[in-house]
Amino acid sequence: MAIDGPTIAEVLRQQGISRRGFLKFCATTASLMALPPSMVPAIAAALENARRPSVIWLSFQECTGCTESLTRSHSPSIEALILEQISLDYHHTLQAASGTAAEAARKAAMQENAGKYLLVVDGSIPLGNAGFSTIAGISNLDMLKETAAGAAAVIAVGTCAAYGGIPAAQPNPTGAVPVSAIIKDKPVLNVPGCPPIPVVITGVLAHFLTFGSLPELDALGRPKTFYGETIHDRCYRRPFYDQGKFAETFDDEGARKGWCLFKLGCKGPVTYNACATTKWNQGVSFPIQSGHGCIGCSEPGFWDAGPFYKALSMPIGPAKAAVGAAVVAGLAAGSAVALRNRSAKKSAQAAHQKVTVADLEKSK
Amino acid sequence: MSALELLTWARGTGLSLALVIFVFGILLRLFEIFSLGRKADLSRARDTSPGSGWRTIVRRSLPPPGLFKRSPVTYIGGYVFHIGFAITLLFFVPHIELVRGLTGLSWPGLPMQVVDIAAVAAILALFVVLASRLTNPVKRFLSGAQDYFAWLLTLLPLLTGYLAFHHVIVDYTLMLALHILSVELLLVALPFTKLFHTVSVFVSRWYNGDIFGRKGVAS
Amino acid sequence: MPSTPADDNVWRGNALPLLNEIRHALERLLATGETTVIDLGALPMGAQDEAELLDALGTGEVDATVDAGGPSSVRETAFHGVWRVTHRNEAGETQARFIEIAFVPELLMSQREDVTDSSNALSKRLGVEQNIRK
Ligand code: SF4
Repeated sequence: MAIDGPTIAEVLRQQGISRRGFLKFCATTASLMALPPSMVPAIAAALENARRPSVIWLSFQECTGCTESLTRSHSPSIEALILEQISLDYHHTLQAASGTAAEAARKAAMQENAGKYLLVVDGSIPLGNAGFSTIAGISNLDMLKETAAGAAAVIAVGTCAAYGGIPAAQPNPTGAVPVSAIIKDKPVLNVPGCPPIPVVITGVLAHFLTFGSLPELDALGRPKTFYGETIHDRCYRRPFYDQGKFAETFDDEGARKGWCLFKLGCKGPVTYNACATTKWNQGVSFPIQSGHGCIGCSEPGFWDAGPFYKALSMPIGPAKAAVGAAVVAGLAAGSAVALRNRSAKKSAQAAHQKVTVADLEKSK
Repeated sequence: MSALELLTWARGTGLSLALVIFVFGILLRLFEIFSLGRKADLSRARDTSPGSGWRTIVRRSLPPPGLFKRSPVTYIGGYVFHIGFAITLLFFVPHIELVRGLTGLSWPGLPMQVVDIAAVAAILALFVVLASRLTNPVKRFLSGAQDYFAWLLTLLPLLTGYLAFHHVIVDYTLMLALHILSVELLLVALPFTKLFHTVSVFVSRWYNGDIFGRKGVAS
Repeated sequence: MPSTPADDNVWRGNALPLLNEIRHALERLLATGETTVIDLGALPMGAQDEAELLDALGTGEVDATVDAGGPSSVRETAFHGVWRVTHRNEAGETQARFIEIAFVPELLMSQREDVTDSSNALSKRLGVEQNIRK
């Protein structure tokens, strides 16, 4: 699954990095991949033999936020180190080449590493009019199919590529679909998030780089190491949730005391992601730590799952209007029943015949 | 359809539909019952017993002398279930948020651990009363399919809520969706089954107490 | 205002289980010599939890900086055998934080491969026959 050439350990060594530095690299990589520190020796052993994989990165209907997340993270960094270890042969935002030369680079990488390269995709694919999104005159659908054909695996980065994302929000004007709706014969790994945590993107790349394979996935195609638990399960505000202490507004006493944000619409309980532990900006913070509830951006359908600021248990449909209508209908139907009861009673009364003793005597 | 989409449906369209049927059903039944009326009672009241109706509401909620000892399961099971259910329904913060979302009303909730205990107690009590219903020949004779159906409808929200809260069997998102759907089932069925007693219980107790008062057996 | 406002009178309690884990690790170290590494990045902790943990651990006798692909700090806590290892990159940004329960943290030890290289380099410098390589 990798091209020939020096192994990663050799590359690092050539760069003058000591064995101690290599072990540090392995330890940070383990942390990055959310693997336990006891895995460091295994990672070291794997990196001894791993070779630089070729990566082709395609961007479809996206906002470039995923690429921003990755490249703006911090540099030089472990991410940069990881990126240095891969051979990023095509990325139309980052590459210097353009036009025909860029497409030629993609074709060349596909040919040289046929069956071995890793395909990374961000953005969803429009199935409506092919003209909605094209690159060098090639429709997104065609380019994805063509490039995926020779890939070892496909990594769908961001919620758009993984589940359709914002472009697929109702009424989905472009007919946007995720990568997994098109590529059925290759392993597709989803790294959802809007954007995904940068170290999660590189963590997945690191896993591929280290072990030459994809990590274990959940039912939604996400690596279990990062998406195995909900934000709520790992949230440091959880003790407040359990005690029933909630911020009611964004600036009340509860908010200042760092209480749970459930009532302010936090979607942490239904969101599987690593924000609560991996955090953002070199582990500085994550939305909940900064005082804002989770919006659930890594979940399929989050874009149409109701208002961000309504508590998870609150109704999101036209419930109030519906109840209003039901009251009117109930009153009307109830009155009709009452009238019917009344008239039934009246006619019963009217039909009532008095029987006297004389009548009874007569009928004897 | 993903679990989140099911949850979104349950919180949106599903809940709206259930509430419509629930509110419509309750109003219809209330009109039906009250518009029936009673025949004018032409006889003079046996004794003047103001408040007999109100006292009956209280007295019928307590076991009559001797009966508590004779059928403790019925009473203890009944109390534990109803109190546990009420605490779970009314003092679990997400439930209060639901009411706030619908009506704007809210009140303080209880810590999750307390609600958890109440829910477990209510679930256990439901199973105990079911066992007693099945083993006691009189109760079994009196029970019809609707009684077992009502029991199941009551159990499901408690059970799914408990499982969702503790993240067991299936993931939280799906369980939460199932929980809300089970509540919606309960809402839809409530006006048209014996579960309507939630609304009518105190009305009928008051009426019984009052009429008996007129007939000379005031409580 | 700090990013995570703290409530003074509420013990968040996220640091306590970790302290217990460290206690078990120390027992293990004494009994079998087995070292334990805990990744702080994998644990749910707010700013106050961290402060509580670091406060509880205190600072001990050793404070070392390892310059390998950026400065990493190795700090013994007030508890002997409990070390805080923080990896930073060249820009000084934190990359990973560990608690290591060991007699000497791995990072402080010279590595065989590096020692071999050095031995060779020194030999070369002195014009002595290289005989240790591999
Ligand atoms: S802030 Fe959100 S994720 Fe954290 S405990 Fe509250 S509801 Fe759960």
